[in-house]
Amino acid sequence: MEHIRLPKVERVQLADRSSSRRAQVGTLYLTAFHTIFVDNEVHNELWVLHSLVCNVEKLSITSCGYPLLIRCKNFQVIQLLIPKENDCNDVFVSLLRLSRTERYEELYCFSFMPNVDKAARGQAWDFLNLKAEYNRMGVSNKLWHTTSVNREYRVCDTYPADLYVPKSASLPVIVGSSRFRSKGRFPTLSYYYRETQAVICRSSQPLSGFSARCLEDEQMLEAIMKSNPGSRFMYVVDTRPKLNAMANRATGKGYENEDNYTNIKFQFIGIENIHVMRNSQQKLIEVSDLPSPSMGEFLLGLETSDWLKHIKSILAAGTFIAKAVAEEGVSVLVHCSDGWDRTTQVCSLASVLLDPFYRTLKGLMVLIEKDWVSFGHKFSHRYGHVVEEPKEASPVIDQFLECVWQLMEQFPCAFEYNERFLISIYNHVHSCHYGNFICNSEKERKDLGIREKTHSLWPHLWKNKVDFVNPLFRADHSQTKGVLQPLTTPYCFKFWRGLYNHFDRGLHPRQSVLDSLMAIKEETQQLEEVLTIYQQKLAGVGREQANDLFVKKHGMKNSQGLWAEPTHIRLANSPQDYNGGNLVSGPKDFLFGDTSESSDPDNSDQESEGADFSCHSCSGGASPPSEDSVKDPDSDDPAFNNA
Amino acid sequence: MEFAELIKTPRVDGVVLHRPFLPTVEGTLCLTGHHLILSSRQDNTEELWLLHANIDAIEKRFIGSLGTIIVKCKDLRIIQLDIPGMEECLNIANSIEALSTLDSVSLMYPFFYRPMFEVIEDGWNLFLPEEAFKELESMTDEWRLSEVNKDFSICPSYPALVTVPKDIDDDSLCKAATFRHGGRFPVLSYYHKKNGMVIMRASQPLTGTSGRRCKEDEKLINATLRAGKRGYIIDTRTIAVAQQAKARGGGFEQEANYPQWRRIHKAIERTNILQESLIKIVEACNDHSNSMDRWLSKLEASNWQSQVKEILTTACLAAQCIDREGASVLVHGTEGTDSTLQVTSLAQIILEPACRTVRGFQALVEREWLQAGHPFQQRCAQSAYSNEKLRSEAPVFLLFLDCVWQILRQFPCSFQFNEHFLVMLFEHTYASQFGTFLGTTAAERVKLKLSQKTVSLWSWVNRPQELERFLNPLYEPNSLVIWPSVAPQSLLLWEGVFLRWNRSTKCLDEAYEEMVHIIEYNKELQLKVNSLRRQLAELETEDALPQTP
Repeated sequence: MEHIRLPKVERVQLADRSSSRRAQVGTLYLTAFHTIFVDNEVHNELWVLHSLVCNVEKLSITSCGYPLLIRCKNFQVIQLLIPKENDCNDVFVSLLRLSRTERYEELYCFSFMPNVDKAARGQAWDFLNLKAEYNRMGVSNKLWHTTSVNREYRVCDTYPADLYVPKSASLPVIVGSSRFRSKGRFPTLSYYYRETQAVICRSSQPLSGFSARCLEDEQMLEAIMKSNPGSRFMYVVDTRPKLNAMANRATGKGYENEDNYTNIKFQFIGIENIHVMRNSQQKLIEVSDLPSPSMGEFLLGLETSDWLKHIKSILAAGTFIAKAVAEEGVSVLVHCSDGWDRTTQVCSLASVLLDPFYRTLKGLMVLIEKDWVSFGHKFSHRYGHVVEEPKEASPVIDQFLECVWQLMEQFPCAFEYNERFLISIYNHVHSCHYGNFICNSEKERKDLGIREKTHSLWPHLWKNKVDFVNPLFRADHSQTKGVLQPLTTPYCFKFWRGLYNHFDRGLHPRQSVLDSLMAIKEETQQLEEVLTIYQQKLAGVGREQANDLFVKKHGMKNSQGLWAEPTHIRLANSPQDYNGGNLVSGPKDFLFGDTSESSDPDNSDQESEGADFSCHSCSGGASPPSEDSVKDPDSDDPAFNNA
Repeated sequence: MEFAELIKTPRVDGVVLHRPFLPTVEGTLCLTGHHLILSSRQDNTEELWLLHANIDAIEKRFIGSLGTIIVKCKDLRIIQLDIPGMEECLNIANSIEALSTLDSVSLMYPFFYRPMFEVIEDGWNLFLPEEAFKELESMTDEWRLSEVNKDFSICPSYPALVTVPKDIDDDSLCKAATFRHGGRFPVLSYYHKKNGMVIMRASQPLTGTSGRRCKEDEKLINATLRAGKRGYIIDTRTIAVAQQAKARGGGFEQEANYPQWRRIHKAIERTNILQESLIKIVEACNDHSNSMDRWLSKLEASNWQSQVKEILTTACLAAQCIDREGASVLVHGTEGTDSTLQVTSLAQIILEPACRTVRGFQALVEREWLQAGHPFQQRCAQSAYSNEKLRSEAPVFLLFLDCVWQILRQFPCSFQFNEHFLVMLFEHTYASQFGTFLGTTAAERVKLKLSQKTVSLWSWVNRPQELERFLNPLYEPNSLVIWPSVAPQSLLLWEGVFLRWNRSTKCLDEAYEEMVHIIEYNKELQLKVNSLRRQLAELETEDALPQTP
């Protein structure tokens, strides 16, 4: 609380970025965890979590006040206009401090107290069970088992406590191998593909330098290779560019020498490092944020950002591994440097391609929990949860989620979840609203008592699953089954407007096929129920039941209208600026410069008339484009009171 | 001329055909006057029937005595024929080249085609100007149908009947015509029921360097404005291009002479630049280098998406003037037969819900493109692969379709037709068995007696069994004006045309089928529920009857 210099400012303007002339006037509140803007007239509320704030900027003063630009990690950009300079400064300083959390305990998830008792909270944390997930895959079995070697995180403090290794790998081999790997991250099972018994294993780079060897590490790889009886060799995939891997040799790290390991095929897949990716995304964000760019500027910016090139390289790596495992039946060991960024991306992406389960809602949750959370992807570092070295930040999971989105574009029926699910996960990785993604490893989370002190995201998403379902998904559809074989030709990759321009309502299709189909499916379900009732009635018509029936019939009337009325169509429909502002550039030079012709001042404001239009044109028009743009999705929780 | 003269080798056995997504077929190649046919002995379904008119370019290669002809089609497909025997191959190649570039319209396939179906509703009589005018008359009496051009002498590219302001007599029209490029004096394109504003179209005024003016032209244009109202002239060219036109006798309206109008210049490119764009984007899509940089830079350099954005933006602007500013609009470029029509027709799709139905869209194409004198035959003579020196080819109509597709993507429930319908129109403008897109003007079509000698595309499309494929299952009439986004993020590459032959659409087609299935199942259930409800209601009344007496 001590950081809030000014809890409330009146007569603040919230600019609409799609039009300079549409602004809401209201009151701005600063609380411990949120910035809240309440519109004076329509009582629209905008809630922004401080933890989502990326940076705050004071812009040069205008005639109406002092502008403040707030950029969020979810690509929302908020422009406020504050009447007084002092107030603006106070808000600025407060927000700077509030958005820079210094200690984990200050994060929102530690104060977020939904009305759930202790037992329920514990149950919620048990919503996903990794042991059950490994069982589902088919381990333990005769060749693979769980090892207790890392129970107290003694061998590797960034790995989970429960790990799966070949039965033939003895304890000394595992420990020896871990000593020969960066951060002790020895080769361990990521995914077991039942059909071919081939596996995806993951590790960090070996400490091979220019010539070092480690017998145990060599035995470890041999054990993995031999645990796939159908194959006489295995792939070792180094996801780094060869040059980077070679540079690492000078510091005593590096990559496997094919001569020292029996029957490995070594392969580089050049995915760039976190710094390159961070800069690339920065450029992409700048492109998506250009004010009315020309097509040339946009495409050129997209090209020079290199973003889609990186997405393509990650998807290509995932595809290579999935092919090796499914088609060749060959096991793969994947690593990069530390084995927690590129390795994680590629292993989880290959799993999505291989296993239809990971294309279901629950499956994707489990996959993230397993490959990302439990295997020590450094969430708090990468997504800047607390003030840290900015060079640690990088859009690693962004790229994974985007690869999944690109796959959804190629295989529209193969995924149970929709784009909104990916965006929701993305938001929560940054929001620090739930405890799942706090800290950098399982050990850290245990030490901090995340399970006891915070809540889990997954049951919350599961509860809202109707919003996240892809209406085209059918469990028995041919596209749903088996291994996905995506194309990686350049033209298959698209700019992800849904994420990067998520809050620019005007840029999205004005009617949504997804929403229409969801509404139709919902209605279909109701119809099925009514049909059953009618059939039962007809089968054994007791005539006295006619009255009862009559009620049912009238109950149906409402949903019958659904098909006819375009209520499920979102028509946020008003014209854009089609003439560089010349046509609708404000009352001054409206139309002909001399204002006499268009004398009615109310009519001259074409833009506001436009906004009006969208309101009465369709009920959907006035509603927010998504759960998180206007109101915090959980604002029904009394989070506000904690402030 | 006999086609036989051009066909030295009418038939070759043992030809192997390679085409996208289908297994290679070995069979017999036959050439007829209008078709290249390949049929395999085993299976009739493996047949290929390709109109010579659809062939844009061919390449031949020889390895020993095995010849290969690569056939590049106007619908952008590329197929390969392996022909044993050098002489046969050369003969075939020569014949294809000659038959695919016949200059005489009357030798085109539509004059020879006999439909295998019964024409129930003749497409030639579906969209008559008189009918359209009757509808206009029911809304307003400010306009009249003029026969001034009935022998096509005032304006050779206009139809016989044009709609003009009631107060302007035919003499004035004749004079105004002399002041406009190609005689294309301002005529009515669209009447906006909601507020009575109109879209007019014309060609550039012939002001020249001396600043000529024409009282009748000024009077004609002003007659379209209601008292106290003003309007916009949308010149589809940049001010620089319009200035240059003066030197060649063209020009633009001086505001001093048209004080009630404000001029806006946009930047829709000339036809030869559009054609270059098409060639480049098709080349980009066919580039197999697998490099993301190369793809994006080629996509950008093609400028195709920029053309789409500019055309759509101009159309939106015109619609905005009408619907939001309450001002009438006059649209023209240079000749008034290309960019002008893109703008006026797209504006109508934005403004007028009827244009988003199958019939309404056909009427729009008939009215704003065919009757309005878009020279289809010249523009669509060659497509993206032709090595010939370009004459007046340009993808003007394809760009219009692309823009419609963009709006369809943004308002997927507001159109009665689907993407297949647009792709089908694209195909038929370049090569067709139907006569609809033959000729360059209404006058020429009359002279060619197309309506007597050929079948209309609409006669075929509107048969229920064909139409079914082109209907959008999500369609719900939307009576509103639809404002598309023209931001680069919102405009997509039209994969259905440009990537159609490059990647399999199996998964996307399955998704479409799934969507259809979901909707059909819903409708089926509604029918079932309704019928059961009726049955139950009958039981109810039976129940009630004995009680009433």
